[in-house]
Amino acid sequence: MVDQALLSLAKFLPEITLAITFCLALLVGVIFRSRPRLSMWVALLGVVVSIALTIREMGITESVFSGMIAVDPFATFFKLIVGSSAIFIFLFSLYSAEVLSTMKRLVEYSSLLVAMTLGMYLMVGATNLLMMVLSIELTGLSSYVLAGYTKEASDSSEASLKYIIYGALSTGLMLYGISILFGLTGGAMDIYAINRALVTSPVNPIALLVASLLIIAGLGYKISAVPFHFWTPDVYEGAPITITAFLSVASKAAGFAMLIRFFKIAFIDSSAVGLPAGIWITLQGFEWNKIIAILSVLTMTLGNLVAVWQNNLKRLLAYSSIAHAGYMLMGLAILSDKGIAAVLIYFVVYMFMNLGAFYVVMLVSNKTGSEDIDSYKGLGFRSPFIGVSMVIFFISLAGLPPTAGFIGKLFIFASLLDAKWIWLAVVGAINSVISLYYYVRVVRNMFLRDPDENSGPLKFSVPEIVLLLLLVVPTLLFGLYYSPIVDFANASARMLGVH
Amino acid sequence: MELQPYLLLSAITFVIGVVGVLSRRNAIIVFMSIELMLNSVNLSLVAFSAFLGDVTGQMLVFFAMTVAAAEAAIGLAIIISMFRNKQTVNIDDINILKW
Repeated sequence: MVDQALLSLAKFLPEITLAITFCLALLVGVIFRSRPRLSMWVALLGVVVSIALTIREMGITESVFSGMIAVDPFATFFKLIVGSSAIFIFLFSLYSAEVLSTMKRLVEYSSLLVAMTLGMYLMVGATNLLMMVLSIELTGLSSYVLAGYTKEASDSSEASLKYIIYGALSTGLMLYGISILFGLTGGAMDIYAINRALVTSPVNPIALLVASLLIIAGLGYKISAVPFHFWTPDVYEGAPITITAFLSVASKAAGFAMLIRFFKIAFIDSSAVGLPAGIWITLQGFEWNKIIAILSVLTMTLGNLVAVWQNNLKRLLAYSSIAHAGYMLMGLAILSDKGIAAVLIYFVVYMFMNLGAFYVVMLVSNKTGSEDIDSYKGLGFRSPFIGVSMVIFFISLAGLPPTAGFIGKLFIFASLLDAKWIWLAVVGAINSVISLYYYVRVVRNMFLRDPDENSGPLKFSVPEIVLLLLLVVPTLLFGLYYSPIVDFANASARMLGVH
Repeated sequence: MELQPYLLLSAITFVIGVVGVLSRRNAIIVFMSIELMLNSVNLSLVAFSAFLGDVTGQMLVFFAMTVAAAEAAIGLAIIISMFRNKQTVNIDDINILKW
Protein backbone atom coordinates (compact mmCIF):
# COMPACT_ATOMS: atom_id res chain seq x y z
CA MET A 1 0.00 0.00 0.00
CA VAL A 2 2.73 2.45 1.03
CA ASP A 3 4.97 1.27 -1.79
CA GLN A 4 2.18 1.78 -4.26
CA ALA A 5 1.53 5.30 -3.01
CA LEU A 6 5.22 6.13 -3.32
CA LEU A 7 5.27 4.79 -6.87
CA SER A 8 2.19 6.87 -7.65
CA LEU A 9 3.93 10.00 -6.42
CA ALA A 10 6.40 9.71 -9.28
CA LYS A 11 3.50 9.99 -11.76
CA PHE A 12 2.00 12.87 -9.84
CA LEU A 13 4.84 15.38 -10.20
CA PRO A 14 2.99 18.15 -12.12
CA GLU A 15 0.33 18.32 -9.41
CA ILE A 16 2.91 18.19 -6.62
CA THR A 17 4.78 21.06 -8.27
CA LEU A 18 1.61 23.14 -8.37
CA ALA A 19 0.83 22.39 -4.74
CA ILE A 20 4.33 23.45 -3.71
CA THR A 21 4.10 26.54 -5.92
CA PHE A 22 0.87 27.51 -4.19
CA CYS A 23 2.58 27.46 -0.79
CA LEU A 24 5.73 29.14 -2.12
CA ALA A 25 3.80 31.96 -3.74
CA LEU A 26 2.06 32.67 -0.42
CA LEU A 27 5.31 32.42 1.52
CA VAL A 28 7.20 34.70 -0.85
CA GLY A 29 4.36 37.17 -0.55
CA VAL A 30 4.65 37.19 3.24
CA ILE A 31 8.44 37.48 3.29
CA PHE A 32 8.82 40.10 0.55
CA ARG A 33 5.86 42.22 1.51
CA SER A 34 7.05 45.25 -0.41
CA ARG A 35 7.42 43.40 -3.71
CA PRO A 36 4.12 41.67 -4.47
CA ARG A 37 5.06 41.07 -8.10
CA LEU A 38 7.65 38.55 -6.97
CA SER A 39 5.00 36.00 -5.99
CA MET A 40 3.46 36.29 -9.43
CA TRP A 41 6.77 35.37 -11.01
CA VAL A 42 7.12 32.43 -8.60
CA ALA A 43 3.65 31.25 -9.58
CA LEU A 44 4.41 31.63 -13.28
CA LEU A 45 7.63 29.67 -12.89
CA GLY A 46 5.80 26.91 -11.01
CA VAL A 47 3.23 26.53 -13.78
CA VAL A 48 5.99 26.40 -16.40
CA VAL A 49 7.75 23.62 -14.45
CA SER A 50 4.49 21.70 -14.10
CA ILE A 51 3.99 21.89 -17.88
CA ALA A 52 7.51 20.58 -18.46
CA LEU A 53 6.79 17.68 -16.10
CA THR A 54 3.48 17.04 -17.87
CA ILE A 55 5.28 16.81 -21.20
CA ARG A 56 7.52 14.13 -19.68
CA GLU A 57 4.40 12.13 -18.85
CA MET A 58 3.24 12.02 -22.46
CA GLY A 59 2.37 8.55 -23.63
CA ILE A 60 2.09 7.04 -20.16
CA THR A 61 -1.18 5.27 -19.42
CA GLU A 62 -1.47 4.40 -15.79
CA SER A 63 -3.81 4.61 -12.83
CA VAL A 64 -2.36 6.19 -9.71
CA PHE A 65 -3.36 6.34 -6.03
CA SER A 66 -5.43 3.12 -6.08
CA GLY A 67 -7.64 4.17 -8.96
CA MET A 68 -8.26 7.74 -7.86
CA ILE A 69 -6.59 9.46 -10.80
CA ALA A 70 -5.69 8.40 -14.32
CA VAL A 71 -2.48 9.54 -15.96
CA ASP A 72 -3.18 8.94 -19.64
CA PRO A 73 -2.77 10.79 -22.96
CA PHE A 74 -6.25 12.28 -22.61
CA ALA A 75 -5.45 13.82 -19.22
CA THR A 76 -2.02 14.96 -20.37
CA PHE A 77 -3.57 16.75 -23.32
CA PHE A 78 -5.99 18.69 -21.15
CA LYS A 79 -3.28 19.44 -18.58
CA LEU A 80 -1.28 21.06 -21.36
CA ILE A 81 -4.29 23.14 -22.42
CA VAL A 82 -5.00 24.22 -18.84
CA GLY A 83 -1.34 24.86 -18.06
CA SER A 84 -0.64 26.91 -21.16
CA SER A 85 -3.74 29.02 -20.70
CA ALA A 86 -2.63 29.61 -17.09
CA ILE A 87 0.68 30.92 -18.40
CA PHE A 88 -1.09 33.23 -20.82
CA ILE A 89 -3.29 34.49 -17.99
CA PHE A 90 -0.26 35.25 -15.82
CA LEU A 91 1.29 37.18 -18.70
CA PHE A 92 -1.98 39.06 -19.30
CA SER A 93 -2.13 39.93 -15.61
CA LEU A 94 1.25 41.64 -15.82
CA TYR A 95 -0.34 44.22 -18.13
CA SER A 96 -3.88 44.34 -16.76
CA ALA A 97 -4.73 47.71 -15.24
CA GLU A 98 -7.55 46.07 -13.30
CA VAL A 99 -5.31 43.55 -11.56
CA LEU A 100 -2.44 45.95 -10.98
CA SER A 101 -4.76 48.51 -9.38
CA THR A 102 -4.93 46.20 -6.37
CA MET A 103 -1.22 45.62 -6.01
CA LYS A 104 -1.44 44.74 -2.31
CA ARG A 105 -3.53 41.65 -2.99
CA LEU A 106 -1.43 40.39 -5.89
CA VAL A 107 -0.12 37.58 -3.69
CA GLU A 108 -3.59 36.16 -3.17
CA TYR A 109 -4.36 36.56 -6.84
CA SER A 110 -1.37 34.56 -8.02
CA SER A 111 -1.62 31.85 -5.39
CA LEU A 112 -5.33 31.35 -6.02
CA LEU A 113 -4.70 31.11 -9.76
CA VAL A 114 -2.22 28.33 -9.04
CA ALA A 115 -4.76 26.59 -6.78
CA MET A 116 -7.33 26.81 -9.55
CA THR A 117 -4.89 25.34 -12.04
CA LEU A 118 -4.15 22.51 -9.61
CA GLY A 119 -7.88 21.83 -9.27
CA MET A 120 -8.21 21.58 -13.04
CA TYR A 121 -5.20 19.26 -13.33
CA LEU A 122 -6.96 16.96 -10.88
CA MET A 123 -10.32 17.32 -12.64
CA VAL A 124 -9.01 16.10 -15.98
CA GLY A 125 -7.62 12.90 -14.50
CA ALA A 126 -10.23 12.05 -11.86
CA THR A 127 -11.59 8.52 -12.18
CA ASN A 128 -13.32 8.28 -8.83
CA LEU A 129 -16.52 10.03 -7.79
CA LEU A 130 -14.87 11.34 -4.62
CA MET A 131 -11.92 12.75 -6.55
CA MET A 132 -14.31 14.31 -9.07
CA VAL A 133 -16.25 16.15 -6.38
CA LEU A 134 -13.14 17.34 -4.56
CA SER A 135 -11.36 18.58 -7.66
CA ILE A 136 -14.46 20.42 -8.89
CA GLU A 137 -14.66 22.06 -5.50
CA LEU A 138 -10.99 23.04 -5.45
CA THR A 139 -11.40 24.69 -8.84
CA GLY A 140 -14.72 26.23 -7.88
CA LEU A 141 -13.74 27.66 -4.50
CA SER A 142 -10.66 29.37 -5.90
CA SER A 143 -12.58 30.77 -8.85
CA TYR A 144 -15.41 32.15 -6.66
CA VAL A 145 -12.85 34.22 -4.79
CA LEU A 146 -11.01 35.28 -7.94
CA ALA A 147 -14.22 36.38 -9.67
CA GLY A 148 -14.70 38.86 -6.83
CA TYR A 149 -11.05 39.84 -6.73
CA THR A 150 -11.60 43.56 -7.35
CA LYS A 151 -13.93 43.66 -4.37
CA GLU A 152 -14.22 47.47 -4.31
CA ALA A 153 -16.15 47.29 -7.57
CA SER A 154 -19.72 46.26 -6.84
CA ASP A 155 -20.17 44.44 -10.14
CA SER A 156 -17.22 42.21 -9.29
CA SER A 157 -18.59 41.20 -5.90
CA GLU A 158 -22.00 40.72 -7.45
CA ALA A 159 -20.46 38.38 -10.02
CA SER A 160 -18.76 36.46 -7.29
CA LEU A 161 -21.93 36.13 -5.22
CA LYS A 162 -23.92 34.87 -8.20
CA TYR A 163 -21.12 32.50 -9.08
CA ILE A 164 -20.99 30.89 -5.66
CA ILE A 165 -24.76 30.55 -5.37
CA TYR A 166 -25.07 28.79 -8.73
CA GLY A 167 -21.87 26.86 -8.04
CA ALA A 168 -23.00 25.61 -4.66
CA LEU A 169 -26.43 24.73 -6.05
CA SER A 170 -24.94 22.67 -8.85
CA THR A 171 -22.51 20.95 -6.49
CA GLY A 172 -25.47 20.02 -4.35
CA LEU A 173 -27.35 18.61 -7.36
CA MET A 174 -24.30 16.69 -8.51
CA LEU A 175 -23.63 15.23 -5.07
CA TYR A 176 -27.23 14.07 -4.82
CA GLY A 177 -26.87 12.42 -8.22
CA ILE A 178 -23.70 10.75 -7.02
CA SER A 179 -25.40 9.46 -3.90
CA ILE A 180 -28.17 7.89 -6.01
CA LEU A 181 -25.63 6.36 -8.38
CA PHE A 182 -23.68 5.06 -5.40
CA GLY A 183 -26.77 3.30 -4.10
CA LEU A 184 -27.81 1.98 -7.52
CA THR A 185 -24.46 0.40 -8.26
CA GLY A 186 -24.21 -1.19 -4.82
CA GLY A 187 -21.50 1.03 -3.39
CA ALA A 188 -19.24 1.70 -6.37
CA MET A 189 -17.18 4.90 -6.33
CA ASP A 190 -14.68 4.12 -9.03
CA ILE A 191 -16.08 4.93 -12.47
CA TYR A 192 -14.81 1.63 -13.90
CA ALA A 193 -16.54 -0.22 -11.07
CA ILE A 194 -19.72 1.75 -11.80
CA ASN A 195 -19.54 0.65 -15.42
CA ARG A 196 -19.01 -3.00 -14.46
CA ALA A 197 -21.93 -2.84 -12.04
CA LEU A 198 -24.23 -1.24 -14.62
CA VAL A 199 -23.29 -3.70 -17.35
CA THR A 200 -23.58 -6.86 -15.26
CA SER A 201 -26.77 -6.03 -13.38
CA PRO A 202 -29.12 -3.58 -15.14
CA VAL A 203 -30.72 -1.09 -12.76
CA ASN A 204 -33.96 0.86 -12.68
CA PRO A 205 -33.66 3.07 -15.80
CA ILE A 206 -35.63 5.97 -14.30
CA ALA A 207 -33.36 6.15 -11.27
CA LEU A 208 -30.30 5.95 -13.49
CA LEU A 209 -31.69 8.74 -15.68
CA VAL A 210 -32.36 10.95 -12.65
CA ALA A 211 -28.89 10.33 -11.25
CA SER A 212 -27.16 11.08 -14.53
CA LEU A 213 -29.27 14.20 -15.14
CA LEU A 214 -28.24 15.49 -11.72
CA ILE A 215 -24.60 14.77 -12.50
CA ILE A 216 -24.97 16.47 -15.89
CA ALA A 217 -26.32 19.49 -14.00
CA GLY A 218 -23.10 19.67 -12.00
CA LEU A 219 -20.80 19.22 -14.98
CA GLY A 220 -22.99 21.27 -17.32
CA TYR A 221 -22.60 24.18 -14.95
CA LYS A 222 -18.82 23.96 -15.31
CA ILE A 223 -18.95 23.99 -19.11
CA SER A 224 -21.87 26.49 -19.04
CA ALA A 225 -24.26 24.35 -21.04
CA VAL A 226 -27.85 25.58 -21.29
CA PRO A 227 -29.94 25.34 -19.02
CA PHE A 228 -27.17 25.55 -16.40
CA HIS A 229 -25.59 28.65 -17.92
CA PHE A 230 -27.31 31.43 -15.94
CA TRP A 231 -24.17 32.37 -14.06
CA THR A 232 -21.97 32.67 -17.16
CA PRO A 233 -22.84 36.09 -18.60
CA ASP A 234 -23.00 37.79 -15.20
CA VAL A 235 -19.76 36.31 -13.92
CA TYR A 236 -17.92 36.88 -17.19
CA GLU A 237 -19.02 40.50 -17.23
CA GLY A 238 -18.33 41.26 -13.58
CA ALA A 239 -15.08 39.37 -12.99
CA PRO A 240 -11.68 40.88 -13.89
CA ILE A 241 -11.00 40.21 -17.59
CA THR A 242 -8.02 37.98 -16.91
CA ILE A 243 -10.16 35.72 -14.75
CA THR A 244 -12.97 35.75 -17.29
CA ALA A 245 -10.54 34.60 -19.96
CA PHE A 246 -9.23 31.84 -17.71
CA LEU A 247 -12.73 30.65 -16.83
CA SER A 248 -13.82 30.65 -20.44
CA VAL A 249 -10.94 28.46 -21.59
CA ALA A 250 -9.37 26.42 -18.80
CA SER A 251 -12.40 25.89 -16.61
CA LYS A 252 -14.42 24.83 -19.63
CA ALA A 253 -11.67 22.49 -20.81
CA ALA A 254 -11.45 20.82 -17.41
CA GLY A 255 -15.23 20.47 -17.24
CA PHE A 256 -15.31 18.93 -20.70
CA ALA A 257 -12.50 16.52 -19.85
CA MET A 258 -14.39 15.32 -16.82
CA LEU A 259 -17.72 15.08 -18.66
CA ILE A 260 -16.20 13.12 -21.54
CA ARG A 261 -14.26 10.76 -19.29
CA PHE A 262 -17.18 10.13 -16.95
CA PHE A 263 -19.73 9.43 -19.67
CA LYS A 264 -17.38 7.53 -21.92
CA ILE A 265 -16.26 5.21 -19.17
CA ALA A 266 -19.23 4.88 -16.83
CA PHE A 267 -22.13 4.74 -19.27
CA ILE A 268 -21.00 2.70 -22.25
CA ASP A 269 -21.74 -0.93 -22.89
CA SER A 270 -18.25 -2.29 -22.41
CA SER A 271 -19.41 -5.88 -22.93
CA ALA A 272 -20.37 -5.21 -26.57
CA VAL A 273 -18.21 -7.08 -29.06
CA GLY A 274 -17.61 -6.75 -32.76
CA LEU A 275 -17.69 -2.96 -32.91
CA PRO A 276 -15.42 -1.15 -35.34
CA ALA A 277 -12.37 0.39 -33.68
CA GLY A 278 -13.00 3.74 -32.05
CA ILE A 279 -16.80 3.33 -31.87
CA TRP A 280 -18.64 2.62 -28.63
CA ILE A 281 -22.31 2.21 -27.78
CA THR A 282 -24.52 3.38 -24.95
CA LEU A 283 -25.76 1.17 -22.15
CA GLN A 284 -28.81 -0.91 -22.92
CA GLY A 285 -31.94 1.17 -22.28
CA PHE A 286 -30.08 4.37 -21.47
CA GLU A 287 -29.20 6.47 -24.50
CA TRP A 288 -27.43 9.30 -22.78
CA ASN A 289 -25.98 10.60 -26.02
CA LYS A 290 -29.46 11.80 -27.00
CA ILE A 291 -29.47 13.95 -23.84
CA ILE A 292 -26.09 15.36 -24.79
CA ALA A 293 -27.28 16.11 -28.34
CA ILE A 294 -30.34 17.99 -27.03
CA LEU A 295 -28.17 19.94 -24.59
CA SER A 296 -25.82 20.79 -27.41
CA VAL A 297 -28.62 22.15 -29.63
CA LEU A 298 -30.07 24.22 -26.75
CA THR A 299 -26.65 25.51 -25.76
CA MET A 300 -25.50 26.73 -29.14
CA THR A 301 -28.85 28.14 -30.19
CA LEU A 302 -29.43 30.12 -27.01
CA GLY A 303 -25.82 31.28 -26.84
CA ASN A 304 -25.86 32.60 -30.38
CA LEU A 305 -29.34 34.13 -30.30
CA VAL A 306 -28.80 36.04 -27.07
CA ALA A 307 -25.32 37.19 -28.10
CA VAL A 308 -26.93 39.15 -30.94
CA TRP A 309 -28.48 41.61 -28.46
CA GLN A 310 -25.40 42.31 -26.37
CA ASN A 311 -23.70 45.68 -26.17
CA ASN A 312 -20.96 44.84 -23.70
CA LEU A 313 -18.16 42.97 -25.43
CA LYS A 314 -17.32 40.82 -22.40
CA ARG A 315 -20.94 39.75 -22.18
CA LEU A 316 -21.04 39.10 -25.90
CA LEU A 317 -17.98 36.88 -25.60
CA ALA A 318 -19.65 35.12 -22.66
CA TYR A 319 -22.60 34.14 -24.83
CA SER A 320 -20.27 33.25 -27.66
CA SER A 321 -18.38 30.94 -25.31
CA ILE A 322 -21.68 29.30 -24.36
CA ALA A 323 -22.31 28.71 -28.06
CA HIS A 324 -18.85 27.20 -28.48
CA ALA A 325 -19.57 24.77 -25.64
CA GLY A 326 -22.58 23.71 -27.69
CA TYR A 327 -20.45 23.01 -30.77
CA MET A 328 -18.07 20.94 -28.70
CA LEU A 329 -20.86 18.92 -27.08
CA MET A 330 -21.80 17.69 -30.56
CA GLY A 331 -18.50 15.83 -30.66
CA LEU A 332 -19.42 13.80 -27.57
CA ALA A 333 -22.91 12.89 -28.78
CA ILE A 334 -21.65 10.80 -31.71
CA LEU A 335 -19.92 8.18 -29.54
CA SER A 336 -16.71 7.74 -31.43
CA ASP A 337 -13.05 8.42 -30.83
CA LYS A 338 -13.12 10.58 -33.92
CA GLY A 339 -15.68 12.84 -32.28
CA ILE A 340 -13.57 13.07 -29.12
CA ALA A 341 -10.48 13.90 -31.21
CA ALA A 342 -12.50 16.65 -32.95
CA VAL A 343 -13.36 18.13 -29.55
CA LEU A 344 -9.68 18.06 -28.58
CA ILE A 345 -8.71 19.83 -31.82
CA TYR A 346 -11.41 22.39 -31.16
CA PHE A 347 -9.99 23.05 -27.70
CA VAL A 348 -6.50 23.85 -28.98
CA VAL A 349 -7.96 26.28 -31.48
CA TYR A 350 -10.47 27.70 -29.03
CA MET A 351 -7.72 28.41 -26.52
CA PHE A 352 -5.80 30.67 -28.89
CA MET A 353 -8.75 32.52 -30.40
CA ASN A 354 -10.74 33.04 -27.23
CA LEU A 355 -7.77 34.09 -25.10
CA GLY A 356 -6.81 36.42 -27.95
CA ALA A 357 -10.23 38.05 -28.11
CA PHE A 358 -10.28 38.58 -24.36
CA TYR A 359 -6.74 39.95 -24.46
CA VAL A 360 -7.73 42.58 -27.00
CA VAL A 361 -10.74 43.51 -24.87
CA MET A 362 -8.37 43.88 -21.92
CA LEU A 363 -5.88 46.05 -23.82
CA VAL A 364 -8.62 48.35 -25.06
CA SER A 365 -10.30 48.62 -21.68
CA ASN A 366 -6.90 49.43 -20.11
CA LYS A 367 -6.84 52.54 -22.28
CA THR A 368 -10.49 53.50 -22.62
CA GLY A 369 -11.86 52.05 -19.38
CA SER A 370 -14.86 50.67 -21.23
CA GLU A 371 -15.98 47.36 -22.69
CA ASP A 372 -18.95 48.74 -24.60
CA ILE A 373 -19.12 47.95 -28.28
CA ASP A 374 -19.63 51.67 -28.89
CA SER A 375 -16.20 52.44 -27.50
CA TYR A 376 -14.73 50.27 -30.27
CA LYS A 377 -15.87 52.77 -32.88
CA GLY A 378 -13.00 53.40 -35.27
CA LEU A 379 -10.61 51.22 -33.30
CA GLY A 380 -9.18 49.98 -36.59
CA PHE A 381 -7.95 53.52 -37.29
CA ARG A 382 -6.90 54.37 -33.75
CA SER A 383 -4.73 51.28 -33.53
CA PRO A 384 -4.58 49.28 -36.78
CA PHE A 385 -2.65 46.32 -35.36
CA ILE A 386 -5.08 45.76 -32.49
CA GLY A 387 -8.01 46.18 -34.87
CA VAL A 388 -6.68 43.67 -37.38
CA SER A 389 -5.85 41.14 -34.62
CA MET A 390 -9.39 41.41 -33.28
CA VAL A 391 -10.77 40.79 -36.77
CA ILE A 392 -8.61 37.67 -37.06
CA PHE A 393 -9.85 36.35 -33.70
CA PHE A 394 -13.46 37.07 -34.63
CA ILE A 395 -13.17 35.43 -38.04
CA SER A 396 -11.69 32.44 -36.28
CA LEU A 397 -14.44 32.38 -33.64
CA ALA A 398 -17.03 32.52 -36.43
CA GLY A 399 -15.26 29.55 -38.04
CA LEU A 400 -14.29 31.01 -41.40
CA PRO A 401 -11.17 30.08 -43.37
CA PRO A 402 -8.21 30.66 -43.44
CA THR A 403 -8.12 30.72 -39.63
CA ALA A 404 -7.78 27.96 -37.06
CA GLY A 405 -11.43 28.26 -36.08
CA PHE A 406 -12.40 26.86 -39.45
CA ILE A 407 -10.28 23.76 -38.88
CA GLY A 408 -11.87 23.22 -35.48
CA LYS A 409 -15.39 23.39 -36.91
CA LEU A 410 -14.43 21.36 -39.97
CA PHE A 411 -13.37 18.35 -37.91
CA ILE A 412 -16.45 18.51 -35.68
CA PHE A 413 -18.78 18.63 -38.67
CA ALA A 414 -16.83 15.96 -40.56
CA SER A 415 -17.14 13.54 -37.67
CA LEU A 416 -20.85 14.35 -37.36
CA LEU A 417 -21.48 13.60 -41.02
CA ASP A 418 -19.36 10.49 -40.70
CA ALA A 419 -21.63 9.22 -37.94
CA LYS A 420 -24.77 10.17 -39.94
CA TRP A 421 -25.95 12.84 -37.51
CA ILE A 422 -27.09 15.05 -40.40
CA TRP A 423 -29.76 17.03 -38.51
CA LEU A 424 -27.32 17.98 -35.76
CA ALA A 425 -24.76 19.11 -38.33
CA VAL A 426 -27.41 21.28 -40.02
CA VAL A 427 -28.35 22.90 -36.70
CA GLY A 428 -24.67 23.54 -36.04
CA ALA A 429 -24.17 25.11 -39.45
CA ILE A 430 -27.19 27.41 -39.05
CA ASN A 431 -25.80 28.47 -35.70
CA SER A 432 -22.44 29.33 -37.22
CA VAL A 433 -24.24 31.64 -39.63
CA ILE A 434 -26.09 33.38 -36.79
CA SER A 435 -22.82 33.84 -34.93
CA LEU A 436 -21.33 35.58 -37.96
CA TYR A 437 -23.86 38.37 -37.50
CA TYR A 438 -22.72 39.52 -34.07
CA TYR A 439 -19.03 39.08 -34.75
CA VAL A 440 -19.34 41.18 -37.91
CA ARG A 441 -21.24 43.82 -35.96
CA VAL A 442 -18.17 44.45 -33.80
CA VAL A 443 -15.85 44.39 -36.80
CA ARG A 444 -18.09 46.93 -38.56
CA ASN A 445 -17.86 49.20 -35.52
CA MET A 446 -14.10 48.98 -35.59
CA PHE A 447 -13.53 49.65 -39.29
CA LEU A 448 -16.57 51.27 -40.89
CA ARG A 449 -17.33 53.86 -38.22
CA ASP A 450 -15.27 56.96 -37.57
CA PRO A 451 -13.77 57.32 -34.11
CA ASP A 452 -15.09 60.02 -31.77
CA GLU A 453 -13.63 63.49 -32.32
CA ASN A 454 -11.51 63.71 -29.20
CA SER A 455 -9.99 60.22 -29.35
CA GLY A 456 -6.44 60.00 -30.59
CA PRO A 457 -4.50 56.91 -31.64
CA LEU A 458 -3.93 54.24 -28.97
CA LYS A 459 -0.33 53.33 -28.21
CA PHE A 460 0.67 49.95 -26.80
CA SER A 461 4.01 48.86 -25.39
CA VAL A 462 6.26 46.36 -27.18
CA PRO A 463 5.74 43.44 -24.73
CA GLU A 464 1.98 43.85 -25.06
CA ILE A 465 2.26 43.60 -28.83
CA VAL A 466 4.58 40.58 -28.62
CA LEU A 467 2.11 38.81 -26.35
CA LEU A 468 -0.65 39.56 -28.83
CA LEU A 469 1.47 38.14 -31.65
CA LEU A 470 1.89 34.93 -29.63
CA LEU A 471 -1.87 34.49 -29.95
CA VAL A 472 -2.46 35.87 -33.45
CA VAL A 473 0.22 33.78 -35.14
CA PRO A 474 -1.07 30.38 -33.96
CA THR A 475 -4.63 31.40 -34.83
CA LEU A 476 -3.54 32.00 -38.42
CA LEU A 477 -0.90 29.29 -38.61
CA PHE A 478 -3.12 26.43 -37.42
CA GLY A 479 -5.62 27.41 -40.07
CA LEU A 480 -3.11 26.52 -42.77
CA TYR A 481 -0.81 24.01 -41.13
CA TYR A 482 -3.00 21.89 -38.92
CA SER A 483 -1.63 18.36 -39.21
CA PRO A 484 0.43 18.57 -35.95
CA ILE A 485 -2.58 19.36 -33.79
CA VAL A 486 -4.69 16.77 -35.60
CA ASP A 487 -2.09 14.08 -34.99
CA PHE A 488 -1.65 15.17 -31.39
CA ALA A 489 -5.41 15.14 -30.78
CA ASN A 490 -5.84 11.72 -32.38
CA ALA A 491 -3.09 10.33 -30.18
CA SER A 492 -4.63 11.97 -27.12
CA ALA A 493 -8.13 10.61 -27.56
CA ARG A 494 -7.01 7.41 -25.84
CA MET A 495 -8.19 6.98 -22.29
CA LEU A 496 -7.11 4.63 -19.54
CA GLY A 497 -9.03 1.37 -19.63
CA VAL A 498 -10.87 1.90 -22.92
CA HIS A 499 -9.82 0.03 -26.03
CA MET B 1 -32.70 -2.48 7.73
CA GLU B 2 -35.44 -0.53 6.00
CA LEU B 3 -33.95 1.78 3.32
CA GLN B 4 -37.01 3.57 1.94
CA PRO B 5 -37.87 5.91 4.86
CA TYR B 6 -34.35 7.31 4.93
CA LEU B 7 -34.27 7.89 1.19
CA LEU B 8 -37.70 9.49 1.32
CA LEU B 9 -36.62 11.85 4.10
CA SER B 10 -33.46 12.66 2.18
CA ALA B 11 -35.43 13.38 -1.01
CA ILE B 12 -37.87 15.64 0.88
CA THR B 13 -35.06 17.59 2.55
CA PHE B 14 -33.31 17.92 -0.79
CA VAL B 15 -36.41 19.31 -2.50
CA ILE B 16 -36.95 21.76 0.37
CA GLY B 17 -33.36 22.89 -0.09
CA VAL B 18 -33.72 23.37 -3.85
CA VAL B 19 -36.99 25.27 -3.47
CA GLY B 20 -35.35 27.42 -0.82
CA VAL B 21 -32.45 28.30 -3.10
CA LEU B 22 -34.75 29.16 -5.96
CA SER B 23 -37.40 31.11 -4.07
CA ARG B 24 -35.75 32.83 -1.08
CA ARG B 25 -34.46 36.36 -1.59
CA ASN B 26 -32.11 36.67 1.35
CA ALA B 27 -28.60 35.53 0.41
CA ILE B 28 -27.94 34.06 3.86
CA ILE B 29 -31.11 31.97 3.74
CA VAL B 30 -30.10 30.83 0.26
CA PHE B 31 -26.86 29.53 1.73
CA MET B 32 -28.74 27.82 4.53
CA SER B 33 -30.87 26.07 1.90
CA ILE B 34 -27.73 24.92 0.13
CA GLU B 35 -26.49 23.43 3.41
CA LEU B 36 -29.82 21.65 3.67
CA MET B 37 -29.30 20.13 0.19
CA LEU B 38 -25.82 18.93 1.10
CA ASN B 39 -27.09 17.45 4.36
CA SER B 40 -29.77 15.52 2.51
CA VAL B 41 -27.00 14.09 0.33
CA ASN B 42 -25.17 13.03 3.48
CA LEU B 43 -28.26 11.35 4.82
CA SER B 44 -28.83 9.33 1.68
CA LEU B 45 -25.15 8.36 1.48
CA VAL B 46 -25.12 7.19 5.08
CA ALA B 47 -28.35 5.27 4.55
CA PHE B 48 -27.00 3.50 1.46
CA SER B 49 -23.73 2.84 3.19
CA ALA B 50 -25.38 1.28 6.23
CA PHE B 51 -27.75 -0.71 4.01
CA LEU B 52 -24.93 -2.08 1.85
CA GLY B 53 -22.56 -2.55 4.79
CA ASP B 54 -19.91 -0.58 2.91
CA VAL B 55 -18.02 2.28 4.56
CA THR B 56 -16.95 4.15 1.41
CA GLY B 57 -20.23 6.06 1.43
CA GLN B 58 -19.55 7.30 4.93
CA MET B 59 -16.10 8.39 3.84
CA LEU B 60 -17.67 10.51 1.10
CA VAL B 61 -19.91 12.08 3.76
CA PHE B 62 -16.87 13.37 5.65
CA PHE B 63 -15.59 15.01 2.51
CA ALA B 64 -19.01 16.43 1.66
CA MET B 65 -19.14 18.02 5.12
CA THR B 66 -15.72 19.60 4.62
CA VAL B 67 -16.75 20.91 1.23
CA ALA B 68 -19.94 22.34 2.70
CA ALA B 69 -17.97 24.11 5.42
CA ALA B 70 -15.51 25.58 2.92
CA GLU B 71 -18.33 26.72 0.68
CA ALA B 72 -20.14 28.37 3.58
CA ALA B 73 -16.98 30.16 4.71
CA ILE B 74 -16.27 31.58 1.27
CA GLY B 75 -19.94 32.31 0.66
CA LEU B 76 -20.26 34.35 3.84
CA ALA B 77 -17.06 36.25 3.04
CA ILE B 78 -18.46 37.13 -0.37
CA ILE B 79 -21.79 38.18 1.16
CA ILE B 80 -19.89 40.52 3.51
CA SER B 81 -17.97 42.08 0.65
CA MET B 82 -21.26 42.50 -1.25
CA PHE B 83 -22.85 44.07 1.83
CA ARG B 84 -20.05 46.62 2.11
CA ASN B 85 -20.72 47.76 -1.43
CA LYS B 86 -24.50 47.75 -1.47
CA GLN B 87 -25.70 47.68 2.18
CA THR B 88 -28.05 44.82 1.38
CA VAL B 89 -28.12 41.03 1.28
CA ASN B 90 -31.33 40.86 -0.72
CA ILE B 91 -30.77 39.08 -4.02
CA ASP B 92 -33.38 41.19 -5.82
CA ASP B 93 -31.38 44.35 -5.10
CA ILE B 94 -28.21 42.81 -6.48
CA ASN B 95 -28.93 43.50 -10.11
CA ILE B 96 -26.28 45.52 -11.91
CA LEU B 97 -25.61 42.62 -14.22
CA LYS B 98 -28.51 41.36 -16.26
CA TRP B 99 -29.27 40.03 -19.69
